[in-house]
Amino acid sequence: MIFSVEMIYVLMGIIVLGCSLYIFTDRTNSRRLTTGSFYLIYSITLMFGKIIPPFYIGLMVIIMVLIIAGGGLKKSEHVEESITVKEERRKRLGGRLFLPAILIPILTLAGSKLLDGVKIGGKALLDPSNVTMVALGLACLTAIIFAMVMTRGTPAGAVKESRRLLESIGWAVLLPQLLATLGTIYTNAGVGTVVSKAVTAIIPEGSLFWVVVIFCLGMAIFTMIMGNAFAAFPVMAAGIAIPFLINQFDANPNHIAAISMFAGYCGTLMTPMAANFNIVPAALLDLKDKNHVIKVQVPTALAVLAFNIVLMYLLVSLGV
Amino acid sequence: MVLIGVLLIMIGFVLRFNSAVVVTVSALVTGMIAGIPITSIITQFGEAFTTNRYMSILIVTLPVIGLLEKNGLQQQASKVVSKIKAITVGRVLTMYLLIREVGAALGLNSLGGHPQTVRPLIAPMAEGAALSKYGKLPEKEQQEIRAHAAATDNIGLFFGEDIFVAVGAILLMNGFFEQNNIPADPISMALWGIPTAIFAFIVHAIRLRMFDKKLDKRLGSRDQ
Repeated sequence: MIFSVEMIYVLMGIIVLGCSLYIFTDRTNSRRLTTGSFYLIYSITLMFGKIIPPFYIGLMVIIMVLIIAGGGLKKSEHVEESITVKEERRKRLGGRLFLPAILIPILTLAGSKLLDGVKIGGKALLDPSNVTMVALGLACLTAIIFAMVMTRGTPAGAVKESRRLLESIGWAVLLPQLLATLGTIYTNAGVGTVVSKAVTAIIPEGSLFWVVVIFCLGMAIFTMIMGNAFAAFPVMAAGIAIPFLINQFDANPNHIAAISMFAGYCGTLMTPMAANFNIVPAALLDLKDKNHVIKVQVPTALAVLAFNIVLMYLLVSLGV
Repeated sequence: MVLIGVLLIMIGFVLRFNSAVVVTVSALVTGMIAGIPITSIITQFGEAFTTNRYMSILIVTLPVIGLLEKNGLQQQASKVVSKIKAITVGRVLTMYLLIREVGAALGLNSLGGHPQTVRPLIAPMAEGAALSKYGKLPEKEQQEIRAHAAATDNIGLFFGEDIFVAVGAILLMNGFFEQNNIPADPISMALWGIPTAIFAFIVHAIRLRMFDKKLDKRLGSRDQ
């Protein structure tokens, strides 16, 4: 293929590498060596993940975590520009500032819908393994060039601004990848089977209502533990949905599927294990309480979860 | 026994240890309890870390967003909204909830997102609405508004995306039923998601209205 997923990872790695170089040379940061090393190692894992043997990537990940644990990751002081300076710049460009920002979703959509499957000289234009991601990468690349021309910015300036954002996210940037790793280890260690056995052991076989309650709650709780509803579905469906709901109570599998995945998503809204949705945004928005987003989501999640239980019970018992 | 890892995570989160450290320790401990040799655990670590690099895709958006922010994007977003009369935080976010949920239902997942939409546009717009209505925005309320902006994106995305037939979740479930020789139909699965999607929208829109009322009470309307 012409544009592969690996290229986007290399692009991400280059951005992080640039940030680490700025940090290494920042004398105001007392931990610039360890902080810089953290981002340097991270950039290497992004760029060369496919080439370096997994054992060494694993070691590098552990070194990064040790840097975090030892307090070696320190945010640099960034001088906030005064409101008047920002206001001056804002006035210069005004509404045009929205253009590059809006360009990202538009180009991503256009790229992933229109260029999917397009071939040039027998080669796929966008990597078929993850079209959306490649489209997003290319959209960002286009938008950055556009933004640089418009604001008369330089690549160095763009990296400097990336560094400000990356440092404000801090160690949380690693969390989604670490949690996915944890999920893999859990699966290999058989955590899923243990949980599903525990849940099926408490199932009251005769009562449809309680089977539905335990199934939906189980989807939510399992998702909260694993951080991912996709991991919960096969386990809970094999343990409860097929033997009890579908075989015993004759439920429609389409209803079960639709509602159970949403029950799982209610769990996603309530767990720090879904870092990409709950913890990273808190860091991105400079929230003091890292669980603030989760706290806001809990009431909606519980209401929707209750609705799912009632809906599933009604659909199965009425035999719709 | 393998549940000790899960227990470690819960203890770690409750005691507010650094999550990255807690997660890594839990993974190592779980692997060792399950009897996986340490070199093999580290290898699995590296493999999974590499396969899941796509999770960190937000990095690719940082240069554009950073550059635009430096040039006053957030101020501009806030300014545009503050010009609209009768605008409130809840209305800005309900509008975004609608766009996000309908967009996801049509398969347009990349329409939003925290780094590319919430931080540079939606959160400043919601803050701008509060500023123009109340004339001030104390830090506590600013933090709450931002948390609500992030939550709105998640809720819109989650309860919209399963209405779209070709989304990963639907394909996964269909594949699972096929493997178990149970007849299922992706289109019907997607359609039966609609009641929950509508309910989630209504509940969250009501909560956003209540959030407006709470802000009114605390900050008082400027016109009063």
